[in-house]
Amino acid sequence: MVDIAYGPQGGQRPDMTSTSASYMEMVRRKRMYGGILMVLFIAVFASGWVLADHRNAGGFWNGLPQIDDFAGEVISEAWTNRANLPELFLEFLPSLIETINIAAVATLLGALAAVILSLLSTRGLARWPALIPVFRRSMDALRAIPEIVIALMLIYILGGGPVPAVIAIALHTAGALGKLFSEVAENADLKPVEGLSSVGATWGQRMWLGVIPQVAPNWLSYTLLRFEINVRASAILGFVGEGGIGHDLKLAMQWGQGRYDQVVAIFILLFLTIVAIDRLSDHYRSRMVKGH
Amino acid sequence: MTTATLSSSDVARDITATFARRRMFAFGIPAVILLYLTYTFFAFDLPGLAARARLDNAAILLSDFWSHKTHVTRDNRSGELVVAIEGENKGTYPEGMLPEWVTREGDVTRIDLGTGHMVTYDDAGARFVVPGYGTIDVRPVDGKLALTAPEPLPAWINAADNKVTVTTDAGRFNYTRSKVETFRYQAGWELFFFTLDSPFFGKGPLELASLAMTGDRVDPARSNIGYMLSEFWTNKMWRHGDVAWAIFETILMAFLGTFGAAIIALPLGFMAASNMMPFAALRFAIRRVFDFIRGVDGLIWTIILSRAFGPGPMTGALALVITDTGSFGKLFSEALENIDEKQVEGVRSTGAGTLQRARFGVIPQITPVLLSQVLYYLESNTRSATVIGAIVGGGIGLLLTQAIITQKDWEEVAYYMTLIVLMVMLMDSLSGWLRRHLIKG
Repeated sequence: MVDIAYGPQGGQRPDMTSTSASYMEMVRRKRMYGGILMVLFIAVFASGWVLADHRNAGGFWNGLPQIDDFAGEVISEAWTNRANLPELFLEFLPSLIETINIAAVATLLGALAAVILSLLSTRGLARWPALIPVFRRSMDALRAIPEIVIALMLIYILGGGPVPAVIAIALHTAGALGKLFSEVAENADLKPVEGLSSVGATWGQRMWLGVIPQVAPNWLSYTLLRFEINVRASAILGFVGEGGIGHDLKLAMQWGQGRYDQVVAIFILLFLTIVAIDRLSDHYRSRMVKGH
Repeated sequence: MTTATLSSSDVARDITATFARRRMFAFGIPAVILLYLTYTFFAFDLPGLAARARLDNAAILLSDFWSHKTHVTRDNRSGELVVAIEGENKGTYPEGMLPEWVTREGDVTRIDLGTGHMVTYDDAGARFVVPGYGTIDVRPVDGKLALTAPEPLPAWINAADNKVTVTTDAGRFNYTRSKVETFRYQAGWELFFFTLDSPFFGKGPLELASLAMTGDRVDPARSNIGYMLSEFWTNKMWRHGDVAWAIFETILMAFLGTFGAAIIALPLGFMAASNMMPFAALRFAIRRVFDFIRGVDGLIWTIILSRAFGPGPMTGALALVITDTGSFGKLFSEALENIDEKQVEGVRSTGAGTLQRARFGVIPQITPVLLSQVLYYLESNTRSATVIGAIVGGGIGLLLTQAIITQKDWEEVAYYMTLIVLMVMLMDSLSGWLRRHLIKG
């Protein structure tokens, strides 16, 4: 290491006879590099904020008190109309269910596609080993395209409704889960697969009986985590595109004053849903992975 | 499993019961999933989807992705001829300049659509020669349009008293009383490098290269290569400069959001870890704060912040900071709880204080875990910043949604999509590279 760091010439190398001095020398050097990196990072980070603040319509310090104003306005209006809230919860329940349905169907379809894609792109398990890079690159591409791009284009072709959002989220899920699934499957024990192939099992039977039972708990745990992410994504897609509770939120926000009770009702519904799903998926994931 | 005294009949019963339960699961779970999908099939109104789907829109979108059309329009009253790419002002050929497939002699305009398809506009009306079919002649007679074409008329000719439309693979032709239009489709994105008013328009790559290296200055005030770059950068049709800014803004949002959240979450993570924070009440409170932040969806934070700070990249960055502080706080405190206490003890045995123990005993252990989480989020936040940009009005997300909402600039949508995918892949490999080099040393 010292040879590489200081070059082979004798004079430049630290004196190895006094270890303490050379150790302090190395520490100083390391600290200097660390310090330079830190200063560089702070400079980039600070100038980035200044630039972003400059490009923003409202400045940071002007806007800070307005968070309070806006929140206060919304909450006070909702408080005066608090009697409406239970009714509003019922009114928005169908669109909340639609948002959750979008996420659930997209997660199911995406996970199914991910199972197939991951098995086809895992070394040692693939049906056609030569095509592994093809399936890997296609999963990369599926992951790289943001959902909103596909959703907005599909809205143009398919019209409104939940289907564009389902397809967009499912495609992204297939790519994201496919990568995770394939990492799990790489660590699967190949002995059951060999045993099955020795009795003449087809590829499908080897995967179904030899691999899936080993990886199912981890896969399910990843799928549950993805479901939680997809519920959030589905709400955002509703806001930008169409369908679900995100769309209702957009309408209420566009209306502004006079419908802030609706905004608050939707906020509370979304909050409760996400916390509930978070808790449920946490609970089941620890049960599946730790086995109790 | 329990004792050795189990009789064989007990074992048999156990196994049969286990098998029965397994069989129930093996058939029950797929059945439940199938039932659920059937329910959503009707809840999402899939049978009605076929009626709503617009396959013609899909055809427009796909052809716009890789090709462009040029409109050749003659005003039948004034006789004025306009040639415009995509029919836009920005793509209109200036006076006296025509594409090579349009020729004009006096009042006669000839348009060569390729493969023998010829359109001629003249004083009498217009003629369209379609090889293998014949000549379609349209002329106004007594305020109506008279069509002369080989009978019977094929389906791709649509004739009425006031409008004649001909659709062929080579191009489309429209004749109304007020104007006659021909659309020619060509592969490629139009005017991608230089617009029509640029002196470099229509030159091949070799010609441009020689002009850049040795040619005389087109504009005496500056070098050719600088002029070329500025013409490309300020291209009115594609606005490359603005797009590059938008991409930069998106990456900036992701960078500021991720690292800002990490910096805020690190001290909070220490305060929420059970082995670092002796006061259980404070620990509990901070954990609930994390839960609350994560529970309130990123969408809601984005909306609240854009009300306060107005549109722009800082709003997006702040939204990412808040959303990720919750996730980072939870991850960091879990990482802190999993550290090896022996190193901290070792540092303590030398008489180190609390801060020194944290600096030399704890930080070196958790740095790899933290850095890898932060870098992973940097990549995924690039994607989030695209979506958040569409809501807060900044970055490439805004350009993309605007282009999609106009529903005609699909070639720009394709361009932005390509750039977004490249950007995400770049950030993916950058974060992977940093992870490898910073963590493994």
